[in-house]
Amino acid sequence: MIISIASGKGGTGKTTVAVNLALSLDNIQFLDCDVEEPDAHIFLKPEIKTKLSAHIPIPEIDKERCNYCGKCGQVCAYNAVAVIPPRDDGKGSVLIFPNLCHGCGACSLLCPQKAITEVNKEIGVVEIGNSGGIQFIHGRLNIGEVMSSPLIKQVKEYINPTRTVIIDAPPGTSCSVIASIKSSDFCILVTEPTPFGLNDLILAVGVVKKLKIPFGVVINRADIGDNKVEDYCQENKIPILMRIPFDRQIAVSYSKGIPLVEAREEYKRELQEMFNFIKEKYGNQTHRHDTYAF
Amino acid sequence: MKICVTSQGDNLNSRVDPRFGRCKYFIIVDTDNLQFEAIRNPSIDAASGAGIQSGQLMASKQVKVVLSGNIGPNAHETLTQAGIEVITGVTGSIKEAIEDYKAGKLKAKDGPSVNSKFGISGK
Repeated sequence: MIISIASGKGGTGKTTVAVNLALSLDNIQFLDCDVEEPDAHIFLKPEIKTKLSAHIPIPEIDKERCNYCGKCGQVCAYNAVAVIPPRDDGKGSVLIFPNLCHGCGACSLLCPQKAITEVNKEIGVVEIGNSGGIQFIHGRLNIGEVMSSPLIKQVKEYINPTRTVIIDAPPGTSCSVIASIKSSDFCILVTEPTPFGLNDLILAVGVVKKLKIPFGVVINRADIGDNKVEDYCQENKIPILMRIPFDRQIAVSYSKGIPLVEAREEYKRELQEMFNFIKEKYGNQTHRHDTYAF
Repeated sequence: MKICVTSQGDNLNSRVDPRFGRCKYFIIVDTDNLQFEAIRNPSIDAASGAGIQSGQLMASKQVKVVLSGNIGPNAHETLTQAGIEVITGVTGSIKEAIEDYKAGKLKAKDGPSVNSKFGISGK
């Protein structure tokens, strides 16, 4: 089954939960989809064996064929193409803004003059390796690139359905989160009992509900803040899967890149119990492995 | 000659909008007779590329000069390619901006005045 870890608010402990869940179970494939800032490798220390360049197709205009009809600019949903019709001097131009292009291909498909070809632009890399028995894959977006979703989709092409797949998602509730958690069988939302944690948890719950992904909540630093996250989960019948206390030893081991389950073995059992609960309740749903693309 | 001033309202007494791509209105004025057309900005809520869309709108309206508070890099490139002069740092009312321009008090600067997405925060 595919379990994704998301949060809404950043810094709540997604990677802590994802990495330690992976280290507590057998037959795991781990995907770090936080391609703007991947960090699971710091804890899992994988040996990277394959490095693949990731691209998106961006349009290139054949100026001989182009008659400045403007169709490409009209069909671009992201305003990545601007067509300036010829002025008095007879010169027009077509401007391409690669940083806005999502590589959807609409402009080249619909150009009546067949004046557009697609050229590959590198946006990052996909790295594949092993950490002990864990299959490890992550994406790294090139510095200055903004299109994380196409790279996330390329990371997810390597999903191995014969394993339990754990996906570490980026924070927030935008496209990159949706690309990461889409078609998961279950989503763990990690939060903290603070007003910020609750505010962003509510937004994240809205996203997983819209995507029809079953979900539960892990409360990290559970003994700080207030009770409002607990109350919210109770009122909305959201299962609280686990509570991790605000513990100096956890913070110290984290700061050294030592996974929680190595510093505090007892969490292994708790994480296994959480997994068993998820698997029993949600593990036999129909898999949706054919619907990664959207 | 047609010039465009980004505006917070739909008439010559309105204030200049400090944003280009996501301004509320474009007021396109004929400097010879002060006749004007106010266009509600169709790209104000565009997820991306508002400046590029607004730049193309200026080109289609045969505007020669744009007066605004700020211009981002994509809008600047679009306007420059369309042969439109860009003047930033403009404040006050639309009427004042046009008078200042006609009096030669406003001068074009090279390059954009702000980064991409500048207009989103001020929405």
